[in-house]
Amino acid sequence: MTTVEERLLPSAEPVRLIDQDGVPHEHPSYQLPSEQALADGYVELIKGRRINDQASALVRQGRLAVYPSSHGQEACQVAATMVLRDGDWLFPTYRDTVSIVSRGVDPIETLTLLRGDWHSGYDPYARNVAPQATPLATQLTHAVGVAHAARLKGEDTVVMALCGDGATSEGDFHEALNFAAVFHAPVVFFVQNNEYAISVPLSKQTVAPSLAHKGIGYGVPGERADGNDLAGLLAILGQAVGKARAGEGPQLVEAHTYRVQAHTNADDATRYREDDEVTPWLQRDPIKRLETYLTHNGLLTDELKQRAEQVSTQVAQQLRDGLMPEPTVNPEDLFAYLYAEQTPQLAEQAAFLRDELSREEA
Amino acid sequence: MTHVKISMAQALNQALRDAMHADPTVLMFGEDVGPLGGVFRITDGLTAEFGEERCFDTPLAESGIVGMAVGLAMNGMRPVVEMQFDAFGYPAFEQIVSHVAKMRNRTRGRVQLPMVIRMPYAGGIGGVEHHCDSSESYYAHTPGLTVVAPSTVADAYTLLRRAIELPDPVVFMEPKKLYWAKDEVDLTEAEPGIGKAVVRRDGADATLIAYGPSVPVALEAAEVAATEGRQLTVVDLRSIVPFDDETVCAAVRRTGRAVVVAEASGFASVSSEIVARVTERCFHSLAAPIRRVTGFDIPYPPPKLEKHQLPGVDRILDAVDNLQWEDS
Repeated sequence: MTTVEERLLPSAEPVRLIDQDGVPHEHPSYQLPSEQALADGYVELIKGRRINDQASALVRQGRLAVYPSSHGQEACQVAATMVLRDGDWLFPTYRDTVSIVSRGVDPIETLTLLRGDWHSGYDPYARNVAPQATPLATQLTHAVGVAHAARLKGEDTVVMALCGDGATSEGDFHEALNFAAVFHAPVVFFVQNNEYAISVPLSKQTVAPSLAHKGIGYGVPGERADGNDLAGLLAILGQAVGKARAGEGPQLVEAHTYRVQAHTNADDATRYREDDEVTPWLQRDPIKRLETYLTHNGLLTDELKQRAEQVSTQVAQQLRDGLMPEPTVNPEDLFAYLYAEQTPQLAEQAAFLRDELSREEA
Repeated sequence: MTHVKISMAQALNQALRDAMHADPTVLMFGEDVGPLGGVFRITDGLTAEFGEERCFDTPLAESGIVGMAVGLAMNGMRPVVEMQFDAFGYPAFEQIVSHVAKMRNRTRGRVQLPMVIRMPYAGGIGGVEHHCDSSESYYAHTPGLTVVAPSTVADAYTLLRRAIELPDPVVFMEPKKLYWAKDEVDLTEAEPGIGKAVVRRDGADATLIAYGPSVPVALEAAEVAATEGRQLTVVDLRSIVPFDDETVCAAVRRTGRAVVVAEASGFASVSSEIVARVTERCFHSLAAPIRRVTGFDIPYPPPKLEKHQLPGVDRILDAVDNLQWEDS
């Protein structure tokens, strides 16, 4: 018989199956993923890094309004979607572009928000990916609702709800975990703790022993992962998704990672942190460690390297081709989608704008 | 069907029951709405009849209630939630403004949210602090929301049924002080739907424009005015968003004078919007500036003082008297 603490409290240290030197470690609760899963994950990591690099470059070229990069957090991004089935749902934030693309959403449609030609550019029902949430933690209660609806319909859907460390201070984080627990909703709350909410370090968000420790207050099992270890993340998130699907209720997973770059291109991280702090995290890069592991175990074949190169070159090309041309926007869209049946007032305002535009053209 | 004498609370209860019978995806949840039947008994008997899965209590957290409703609506359900009291709805404000109202627009219509937020609102019931706010202006100011306020028993039924059937989110303002008002109604009779105002009383001299709890007060004022030789039209908006410019402006053009009656504080409110839009459209028909009888710009008063805040018959008649009759 396990105690409440054993069932709900996370590991004392973040779980890691492959360390930063690429050395594997056995763990009593988690198995190293299959060679195939690690190979597929490697390709997704390389692709994810390329998306981050290319999108940042496109900001500098004025093709995106802003890009909150997940550089250094790609293992979290990739693992979050790799553990899901087609019918499952992903609830991403503005920093989770890589995760969304990894889920199979068109990269150009994914970047619509950050390009600025509309708010959410993809069809959420096409790949079961909710619109990216910009307000913090508000999407977590939506995730609970989607999961609860699935249960009412008798579907075995699991919902992966993403947020960052800062979002755990929001009231909606609390309400979402509590609602999920009370309704026994199959949600995996996955917190990417990258140490910063724009300029505010984690130490100013909370004095909790870890963010995963917050789960016990709701009766939700918490677990901590090394956020730069894809192998560990796949194992932990895979197990959490499995438990949620099996009817064990919501799960909370915290990944310890680091926001290597500034909040966005518009932020200046030198104003609030020292380079010395960043350097060790570069040594913990998620790609490098998996690469080392795969190399030492004879798994980094030429074929795999080629596949990764091909996939990432292709997505970078797709981003450049799709984002370099100026997007076409239609002012009439401003009024088209608010209501199923347009109100007389909006019809009047749409006509006003139409008239104004026609006079400008004349 | 014969006419039955029921209260507005019973009509709302019947609307929920009939909607839940008609559509198995309709869910009702919130605080104390389960076995208790809600603090105003609007959900009385629904858990017993439809089970815990269809009508249920939630943890005490309004943002969570509305946020969960968003997710349920995204995934095939038609949630109806109760905010218990107007001022207890404020914790859900971010969910309502940033998500409920915007989801359809931000996804280009791909995600629709067929959901109803039931909001017992306004004063006149001797309620203590935080139980009597008129919060409709916040919601009416938010593009993407439909905002409805019934004033009659029959409308309470019809508008709630229509609100639940609508593919878009509705903030449904229920005037608390009218919950116990009874009327003989035939619930099978179709009242006009959402977006239509109704002329409750016809009179040639001036128009009173009201909604929700202010409509019976306006009708009473019109009754008194008639004994003093002045015939007043009373327009019941029913739906604040969409706004029925046509019916309202037709009445004002016909009468040439108007008074807007609303419980909410007047500054930057639904009542100021009505004056602005009617003036813009009917200026040349107006014999006098439109006047307003609203709550003062103060927090809702304690019970012993609330009578000074509420628009009453005398204030309405005074406002009508001040519509520059001597000039005509």
